[in-house]
Amino acid sequence: MRAQAVLAAALLLATAAAPLALPEFYVTLLNYIGLATLVTLGLVVMTGVAGIVSFGQQAFVGIAAYATAGLTTLAGLSPWAGLVASLAATAASALLLGAVTLRLSGHYLAIATIAWGVAIYYLFGNLPLLGQYSGIDNVPPVSLGGWAIDSGRESYYLIWTFTAAALVAERNLLASRLGRAIRALRFRAVMAESCGVDTASLKLLVFVHAALLAGLAGWLHAHFLRFVSPHAFGINAGIDYLFMAVIGGAAEVWGALVGASIMTILKEWLKDWLPAFSQRSGNYETVVFGVLMLLLLHRARDGLAPVLARLLPEGARQRPAQVAAPAREAPPPAGTVLLEVHGLGKRFGGLVAVRDLSFAMNAGEILGLIGPNGAGKTTVFNLVGGALAADEGEVRLKGSRIDRLPSREIARRGLRRTFQQVHLVSRMSVLDNVAIGAHLRGGRGALAAMLRAERDEERTLLSEAARALDRVGLGEHLFEPAGSLPLGSQRAVEIARALAGDPQVLLLDEPAAGLRYGEKRALAALLDRLRAEGLGILLVEHDMEFVMGLADRLVVMDFGEKLAEGLPDEVRRDPAVIEAYLGGEAGDRGQKNLKPETGS
Amino acid sequence: MSADIVLWLVQDGITTGAIYALLALALLLVFAVTRIIFVPQGEFVSYAALSLGMLQTGQTPGTVWVLIAGGAIVAVLEGASALARREPARLARILAVYVAGPLAIAALARWGAAHALGLWAQMAIVAALVVPLGPLLYRIAYRPLADASVLVLFIVSMAAHYVLSGLGLVIFGGEGLRTNPISEARFDVGVLKIGAQSVWVAGASLVCMIALWLFFEHTLVGKALRATAINRVGARLAGIPAGLTGSIAFVLAAAIGAASGVLISPIATIYYDSGLMISLKGFVGAILGGMASYPLAALGALGVGLIESFSSFWASALKETIVFTLIIPVLLWRSLASRHPAVEDEEE
Repeated sequence: MRAQAVLAAALLLATAAAPLALPEFYVTLLNYIGLATLVTLGLVVMTGVAGIVSFGQQAFVGIAAYATAGLTTLAGLSPWAGLVASLAATAASALLLGAVTLRLSGHYLAIATIAWGVAIYYLFGNLPLLGQYSGIDNVPPVSLGGWAIDSGRESYYLIWTFTAAALVAERNLLASRLGRAIRALRFRAVMAESCGVDTASLKLLVFVHAALLAGLAGWLHAHFLRFVSPHAFGINAGIDYLFMAVIGGAAEVWGALVGASIMTILKEWLKDWLPAFSQRSGNYETVVFGVLMLLLLHRARDGLAPVLARLLPEGARQRPAQVAAPAREAPPPAGTVLLEVHGLGKRFGGLVAVRDLSFAMNAGEILGLIGPNGAGKTTVFNLVGGALAADEGEVRLKGSRIDRLPSREIARRGLRRTFQQVHLVSRMSVLDNVAIGAHLRGGRGALAAMLRAERDEERTLLSEAARALDRVGLGEHLFEPAGSLPLGSQRAVEIARALAGDPQVLLLDEPAAGLRYGEKRALAALLDRLRAEGLGILLVEHDMEFVMGLADRLVVMDFGEKLAEGLPDEVRRDPAVIEAYLGGEAGDRGQKNLKPETGS
Repeated sequence: MSADIVLWLVQDGITTGAIYALLALALLLVFAVTRIIFVPQGEFVSYAALSLGMLQTGQTPGTVWVLIAGGAIVAVLEGASALARREPARLARILAVYVAGPLAIAALARWGAAHALGLWAQMAIVAALVVPLGPLLYRIAYRPLADASVLVLFIVSMAAHYVLSGLGLVIFGGEGLRTNPISEARFDVGVLKIGAQSVWVAGASLVCMIALWLFFEHTLVGKALRATAINRVGARLAGIPAGLTGSIAFVLAAAIGAASGVLISPIATIYYDSGLMISLKGFVGAILGGMASYPLAALGALGVGLIESFSSFWASALKETIVFTLIIPVLLWRSLASRHPAVEDEEE
């Protein structure tokens, strides 16, 4: 931590002193880097972390630049009013574009952003009000209490104040409750939904906030250069921004700084250097950028920031301090009906996965759901948990219907699940993964996170996550990347994540698979304790010894239907169950076929 | 607006729409088989158009350099892999295909530029120059990343577009070219004078589409491509090599691009950077058609051509803005129609 603090202080000092020591040309270059960093920063969070690709950020820069240039030159408003208008215009257009495309697969958004960028470029270039291709000039400088910021050196401080603040704010955001959910968006949206995250709104938030960063850059651009023209907002600018984000990489916000610096400096350098080889002028540097990008994508797809990060001293993370658990709803007394499933049915095309299934589960009970492979157990889980919509029947949680609700609403009502194939964000730490489970126990928004005004809440969430990890026996592994744990431990992380949500109903999909004997015993002891605390646990498991020893009652499924229900001992003796498991009917047929040959 | 203007705009829209339709088919084909959003498709169009233009002015098209360099890079890649697998016997074939082949085509182009050949012979030379660029590009840029996510492949496409359009500037220069039409004839149809070139464009597009349909329905390779499009893993398990289907898809895409370029060059001036806009209009068409069905994509692209033609009459300055804004209501409609949230990418 100390080494990092020293490094940060040195960096800050160098940044502050740079314009005093450098010639004008380099100050201007640094200004461009600052502007590009702002735009790229939004892309790092959006593309690198959340997996939403946009080639149209330059359009948001342009909208903001034109909004402020238009209002300040044509209507004579102050640049600060222009800032408000810039951000409002960017937010509105991003909301529209995001609402239209974010529900579709990612490549639609990417194509839509290109199309949108082209449309905006030609709009700027053809509207007489906006000066067509020559643009708007004489944009006034930003003034601060009478001090007009009208030189490159002065603009440097304005631009880099905003850029540095944005870097810190984004870093804070990614290290918050919302940041954890954003990290889950790319590959684990289903899991995030099951923890109560509204992934559609979160994607929109990420998209709009990236557009706002671009808008901020646009406002700075207009008042630093003092003119705007469409050429700065062509489609290539959008591609360049995305390339900057790819160069910097997804892991760290300062990847934006790395990517923006490399591209901006390289571009300037190539512009001087390439014409020496050719008499013609034009965008030859695209060849170099394209080749570099191909090499990077082929050789180091995560960008350069992770490579550089290895050279830096690593700050050790402290175990979160134990904080009193937040107030919780008293669990219902043992024996109350928690979960009722009635006449549940689900078809996939012609395949009937679940048919007319009914059962009930009480508080303080472990209900085992067993059956041969393909019996429909996981489908039942997805129906009850809201990951799939049922075709027929109803599901009630504590008396109210949940079968039409999305899984995040069901999570809010106290039901949590684990996944048969583990759904962890593998590069994120074990603690952060589990803290996603506690998502609904916090409520502070993105702004609070950026300003670190939610630290009390954050402490509680992390403390609850650490407590849940202690319960599953992983208290020693809080800061390891989740993907580095053995599979059995990853299943335990899944359980801890479910527990961090403080559920009343727990759905566990094959929690004992891949566990060693000792681990299984520890898991059984944990489930036993949870039952004693009044949880209702629905357990799908193939390990019969494990289920029989633990479950109060069993529901047996075969071919999507309920075959039997009862106490473990009754079920064990049920001929229908034995037939389903041991293939009694097939055995009989085999014997019949054998008879003529043995010639009795 | 009088009836003859409407008719004229319709005719103009259908002519450009037919080209966009061809491109929409190619884009959809490549996407279905390889999951690649193939933005550089338009570069085949501009390369073909400008190569034809250079041949007609008696110059050797700069495309030969791209072809030779691309072949050399693939030869190095393939040669290294042959040596790593201890199969030096393959080297001779690699040299023949990737080094001698492009050199022979370059020699042909050079000879063709020096002699005043007929239009058809020039087109054949252009095809020989441009079509091999498809599989070469696939081998260099995409195949090493065949398992990457759609979005990574999309970024690769943008990088490839940068390289190809930048090289386009180097080899063709910044000037636009327009080539000689196949026929200068004009037909009087009622009040309309229809140029023979328009008829050629529409007819050739239709022939290409029918040929594609026959290829997919009636040939083993076509069926293999369809199988890969429907189920990648299943096709691989059935013994259809993914690299081969990718290469074939790119041969087809380059061939369609070359045909479009040759067809469009007499009716529109093509610059080195015209490819991106042409590709994007093909994409808008494919998206209008739902990005899933070939006939709908072709219809969607025809619609783009018509809208472009009418908006250039009403508001010519805002033509591009109108065409590209069109995508938003269509995506809104698709978004409302889709009840499931977007499918997650697989973690890499």
